[in-house]
Amino acid sequence: MAWQLSRNGAVAAASAPAAVLRPARAGRAPGRRAITPYLFLAPFFIVYAIFLLYPVIDAFRLSFNERIGISTPTFVGLENYRTLFEDERYLKALLNTTLYAGASLFILSPLALLLALAVRSFLVPSANLKSFYRIAYFLPNITSFVVIALMFGLVFDANYGLLNAFLEAIGQPTHNWLRSEDLALPSIVLVAIWTFLGINSLYFLAGLQNIPDELSEAAQLDGATRFQVFWTVTLPLLKPTILFVVVQAIIFSYQIFDIPFLMTRGGPSDATLTLAVYLYEIGFQRFDQGYAAAIGYSLAVISILLAGLQLLLFRAFRDD
Amino acid sequence: MTVGIGVRGRILQILGNAILLVGVFLTIMPFVYMVSASFKPGSELFSIPVRVLPDDLYLGNYELLFGETSFLRWFANSVFVALARTVIAITLSLMAGYAFAKFEFRFKRPLFFLVIATLTLPLYVILVPLFSMMATLGWMDTYWALILPFTAQAIGIFLARQQLLGIPNELLEAARIDGASEWGIFTRIVVPLAQPVIAVMGILFFTASWNDYIWPLIVLTSDEKFTVSLGLPSLIGPYDQEYGAVMAGSFLGTLPIVIIFLIFQRRFIEGIMAGALKG
Repeated sequence: MAWQLSRNGAVAAASAPAAVLRPARAGRAPGRRAITPYLFLAPFFIVYAIFLLYPVIDAFRLSFNERIGISTPTFVGLENYRTLFEDERYLKALLNTTLYAGASLFILSPLALLLALAVRSFLVPSANLKSFYRIAYFLPNITSFVVIALMFGLVFDANYGLLNAFLEAIGQPTHNWLRSEDLALPSIVLVAIWTFLGINSLYFLAGLQNIPDELSEAAQLDGATRFQVFWTVTLPLLKPTILFVVVQAIIFSYQIFDIPFLMTRGGPSDATLTLAVYLYEIGFQRFDQGYAAAIGYSLAVISILLAGLQLLLFRAFRDD
Repeated sequence: MTVGIGVRGRILQILGNAILLVGVFLTIMPFVYMVSASFKPGSELFSIPVRVLPDDLYLGNYELLFGETSFLRWFANSVFVALARTVIAITLSLMAGYAFAKFEFRFKRPLFFLVIATLTLPLYVILVPLFSMMATLGWMDTYWALILPFTAQAIGIFLARQQLLGIPNELLEAARIDGASEWGIFTRIVVPLAQPVIAVMGILFFTASWNDYIWPLIVLTSDEKFTVSLGLPSLIGPYDQEYGAVMAGSFLGTLPIVIIFLIFQRRFIEGIMAGALKG
């Protein structure tokens, strides 16, 4: 991931003269020096230990206990995790979230790549127009999920919504988008694509900028068509970026909460129930803390597996 | 590139831009509708046929928002919480990032690895125990609960360290030889040189706090403590459905971020992109 950040104006690497200075540093009063870095670290790590590390451990412990509300936890072993596999609502949430992640992979990511390629290609010749597109498609990203959910609540409204008004105007049948078991999840997916298209194509644009133009120009001089250039030059060099975008999109998909929670409360009949919405319901409406902790850890396992997969594939690409 | 693309190229160009503009239209449209709905009376908002633009500029929604809801209070809360969270998070990140970038010490690698390992950890893992902790500390329904738990940001350490690695060691050594204290070196040399990453972190942390929904939802109970994100959906209850006012609030609640975006466009995009690393 460092390649992604090093583009962002961050400075490359430690300066070479450091090695020259090292002997001098070693000769200075070690007592005062030795404690300095820890003093700088302390504030961060105190907050970090209290509000992150401790809850991570506490959640792990809790996931092996039964605890409703403020009752005393009783140890139940793997019971909570076993329940996950038998709980139809959990499995439904897992399925919905996976479908949603699938849409990120198969619809959102290719669309974002297409958008980035188009904006960078000869189709958009002027720099001003390029940055106009960049900013316009980026706008959803500076809007909170809450506002997005409220806004699209009106767009998708069955009687007075913008979408149905438009469909009626062109003589198409209208739908009760958010109340239909078949259409609610696709509607949420649509909102998510609208939200994340811009940022994902920005990632692709950043990746494309790292590919030297000379390569594709040379290929074109050799008589390759635009498509051949894309397929044999651009795409292979873009592999790390694609991997990054896809994995991030999937990890993020598994954590979606605000949009389905505010637009449909996970309904109708759990058609848009996601893992995070279910966790909220179990943990903060039913106060079944042990089970909620287990759901939380199942989400963490998914994220860790995906991040691990990303790391492995990165290594494989680099060794190519 | 515009020279010699031929007739076919020209047609493709027009077609391509037409498609891109349709995309822009679809992206902008919900915003237009949000702003327009905020200037419509309920009778017009919920009438058929649906019209995009209001008949005339109706200000009742804004009057309702400012007169009968705590919107101004929510707005002030959002600003206060976001600023506090941002300032503390930047300070902690810079200090720790500086230690990781410019000092050698025991356990440096394991500590850094620990921080990086939690980069992609979903918030949902710690939601339940963090909530219990707030209850134990007596922090439920307080600003403390909104601010403090999110001030140790792994991504901040990552970004700060990356930037501070570039500060020449000679500069720090020279200051030490001149007798500057370690804290003096940090505040007078390191912090000024870290401006770019401070801006990126500032934007990242501020927007994250401004847009946060689930945490305020869990820890806040009283209306006067609400943030904009939590307050707006609360206006749509089973009995009152003041969509016009909600849209007015959504519009006003989005403005600060839009303004920051327009001023710091480049840094803003860097910040958001860095934020996505968090997963």
